[in-house]
Amino acid sequence: MIYVVLVIMGWMNIYAAVYNEEHYIITDISQKYGKQMIWIGTAFLLALIILIIDESFYTAFAYFIFGFFILANIAVPFLGREVKGSRSWFRFGDFGIQPAEFMKFAANLALAKFLSNQSIKISDYRNTIISLIIIGVPLLLIKVLQDETGLAIVFVAFIITLYREGLSINYLLLGFLAVILFVMALLVNNMYLFAIIGSLSVVAVLFIKRTPKNLFIVALVGLVACGMVKGTSTVYEHMEPHQKVRIDVLLGRGTVDLKKEGYNVNQAKIAIGSGGFAGKGYLQGTQTKYDFVPEQDTDFIFCTVGEEWGFLGSSLVIILQLVLIIRIVFMSERQRSPFSRIYGYGVASVLFFHLTINVGMTIGLAPVIGIPLPFFSYGGSSLWSFTILLFIFLKLDSHRLQILR
Amino acid sequence: MNQLGDRKFFIIGIFILIGLIYISRLFYIQVIDDTYKLDARNQAFRYKTEYPIRGYIYDRNGKLLVYNEAAYDLMVLPKDVKDLDTNDFCELLGITKEQFLKKMKKAVQAPNSPRRESIFEKQLSPREYASLQERLYRFKGFWVQSRTLRKYPKKIAAHMLGYIGEADKNITEKNPYYKDGDYLGISGIEKTYEKVLRGKKGMRIMMVDVHNREKGSYMNGIYDTMAISGKPLTTTIDADLQEYGEKLMQNKIGSLVAIDPQTGEILAIITSPTYDPNLLVGRARNKNFATLLKDTVGNPLFNRSTMASYPPGSTFKLVMALIGLNEGVLTASTRYPCARGYPPLGGRPKCHPHASPMDLHGAIGTSCNSYFSYVFKSVIDDKKYNNTYKAYQNWRDIAMSFCLGVKTGSDLANELRGNVPSIKYYDKVFGKGSWKASTVISLGIGQAEMGITPLQNANLVSIIANKGYYYTPHIVKAIGGNANDTLLDRFKVKHYTKITDTAIYNDVIRGMAKAVEGGTAAGLKIEGIPYCAKTGTAQNPHGKDHSVFVCFAPIEKPRIAVGILIENAGFGSTWAGPIARLMMEKYLTGKITRPDLEKRMLEGDLIHKGKVVEEKKTH
Repeated sequence: MIYVVLVIMGWMNIYAAVYNEEHYIITDISQKYGKQMIWIGTAFLLALIILIIDESFYTAFAYFIFGFFILANIAVPFLGREVKGSRSWFRFGDFGIQPAEFMKFAANLALAKFLSNQSIKISDYRNTIISLIIIGVPLLLIKVLQDETGLAIVFVAFIITLYREGLSINYLLLGFLAVILFVMALLVNNMYLFAIIGSLSVVAVLFIKRTPKNLFIVALVGLVACGMVKGTSTVYEHMEPHQKVRIDVLLGRGTVDLKKEGYNVNQAKIAIGSGGFAGKGYLQGTQTKYDFVPEQDTDFIFCTVGEEWGFLGSSLVIILQLVLIIRIVFMSERQRSPFSRIYGYGVASVLFFHLTINVGMTIGLAPVIGIPLPFFSYGGSSLWSFTILLFIFLKLDSHRLQILR
Repeated sequence: MNQLGDRKFFIIGIFILIGLIYISRLFYIQVIDDTYKLDARNQAFRYKTEYPIRGYIYDRNGKLLVYNEAAYDLMVLPKDVKDLDTNDFCELLGITKEQFLKKMKKAVQAPNSPRRESIFEKQLSPREYASLQERLYRFKGFWVQSRTLRKYPKKIAAHMLGYIGEADKNITEKNPYYKDGDYLGISGIEKTYEKVLRGKKGMRIMMVDVHNREKGSYMNGIYDTMAISGKPLTTTIDADLQEYGEKLMQNKIGSLVAIDPQTGEILAIITSPTYDPNLLVGRARNKNFATLLKDTVGNPLFNRSTMASYPPGSTFKLVMALIGLNEGVLTASTRYPCARGYPPLGGRPKCHPHASPMDLHGAIGTSCNSYFSYVFKSVIDDKKYNNTYKAYQNWRDIAMSFCLGVKTGSDLANELRGNVPSIKYYDKVFGKGSWKASTVISLGIGQAEMGITPLQNANLVSIIANKGYYYTPHIVKAIGGNANDTLLDRFKVKHYTKITDTAIYNDVIRGMAKAVEGGTAAGLKIEGIPYCAKTGTAQNPHGKDHSVFVCFAPIEKPRIAVGILIENAGFGSTWAGPIARLMMEKYLTGKITRPDLEKRMLEGDLIHKGKVVEEKKTH
């Protein structure tokens, strides 16, 4: 089975590579293309190394690796060089590395290590909190110290892993409700929302047993909800203009100037939309090739797919990515070691999150957050990061029977 | 564990759900919604118009009448204008700073806009362009677009050729082919043959990047269209004859049209006063146009050949004679008295003194008013109709079959219909049934409400010369060198009048020949070429009579028919006759045997009447 996956993966990689390859011949004459070739080569090398290293290395050194990258991420803003206003890069000559990218697999390892401990039950709220810390620390580090919202927010994806490992569905529901509340708070007048929350609370009171405890819970939920609404509005008011605008663009709030704030998303949609059913043909894209779409080689690479390969190509990419992700989920489920299973879920979650946000933003269904499309986007760190993430899992999977011995 | 294991289905479900949502969204924006495709096209393509070369115009012998000269428009795209050294720029163009600001304002305001290119300075001369080109690179946002202007090496036939103008809103709204500022024919054959002359604009689709830089042709140009040059026109005009005629007609107000009766080809069409067609070209056009417009005496912009309606006067007596003979109320030997006028109505219409009574040939030779009043009366009071209305309608139908009161259908722009009054009209004027032949007697001598254009006049002569038929007079012989172009098919159809008996025509032609042999045109003979003519005066309520002369030569197999009218010049044989005679001789023999006559005509000035002749300023 692993070979099949490898084949699929290899194919995925080549597919992505070919894509980048020929795309860049035209635009940058071997510059980015050349670099990406090196990244792909080194990525294969990395994969090989990962497969050679004994699988117990990953379990044994999980916390150590986690700690190492935490330190690296702390160090980056002070030691790294500033690139385009972002302080998240270590630079070696022409090549740059973002330690934040590697935080993903490190955090995943740590999370797996922690949760696979036999005595740990995630339903215990203390363990929940520790899990959230493993996720939250890197998130905050990357967000606060490096100001890389895109890289930071990926860690939210691990919620899926936690859910699989027994995190109460209520947390997810609460999270979901909270998201709805956030959106509503921005779209609807706060006073209406307070009224709705109030009346819902009253309805709740009518239908439940009116014990003091229940009444207290209802009152608390109502108050928290109101607080969140108010809080959201307040936070929104205090956000930086470009963040406000991104939210506005996504929610279609107010008038969006397509020349300025809405430019990225609008251009992305134009590029994808103009692809039609079968696309304009390979290298025939005008929108992406001539720089109408910003960041068309990295975060908006999906536009190139959409424009040149049309609906057929872009849905194929989505399907392939999903097949890979779902395949990982099934592989995780067959693991006998919880560590491997949890780690596998982490891989699937991260990939899924990237796919959702990245593709979503180009077609106007998700906020514009700068995160790459796995295996497609240009950039060494992300390619390495996904390679490491994936191949550690493959290594673990290849030894799934040995664990019993 | 098992319970938690079930959660994978929920997770996978969410994954698949998101995938489905995304794919359907993709389906919507890529396959269903077309707006994005349009947006993409507008954004990444720049459509560049390739202007075709307008067709040249030649005379019947291949002499060039109109060609093109390169001109250069200075274009501006205001949003690209940056760091402009205004002083330097103004100096280079020779304009003041105020003018510069005015022009810039025009380029920025609607219907222009900072993002839209527009013409900053029109039609620079090649010299201006040369000096500008060297330094233009310093002025961002400005560039030069080459266009062509019409040039007229011979400075003749201005009215016939017409002029070119720029398309304005009226035109662009009616015809989407034209964009604001395109050139198109406004008058003359530039207008009637616009589609042939203009060719077809080409379109190049260039791809541009986000900074509006060109990135090459779209799909290597497979969707580009080349500009197709306009086809050259070969006209029927004889440039030498036209030029000679214009000289003879100078300082006289009127018009001369010469037609080859055997083909309907217009050999010369002269409106006087005329102007140098080069005046209405390029930047000076508006100024010159205004100057020409100011000349209210000569009114040089007025195309008399096809746009002026004169009473046909004596020329119509020929038609009257034909109708009389055709209806059987007249024979060549019919004699009518003349008492310095038409006796039954107390000497009205008046006539000049001559021998009386006369037969038909004599009446044609002397152009007797009384005689043709009799003829008219006998036609209208013809017993066979027993009804004034029926007889009048018959008379009018026949007259109109000579292309009077109807457009000839020529390919000259803006042709007037002329007028042969209808029954309805007279009913309105006099009341139903309360008018008869004597009421409208002056129709018989081509006066009253009757009006014809000089073109119709010449065509009428052609009909008589051909003994009953004509080809629609036309000015274009071949399109793109092809004389069989379908556009010209209609000029190859013989049109017959309602009088088809050639014997009838012979009677009238004999009368016309007599006018030259020993009648009113006796002093205008051409050595070796007997021809037919009819002198005339057209009464003019506004002043001295118009001088009219119609003629054709030779009598057998006529090759040229001329109709000429000179306003307020009196008797036909003083001015109109000699000019027509000189024209025929010039065309038929290429020589002039009467230099005395030529000299008198060339020097004759009927406009300024003794006033100092001002040198006409030409550019």
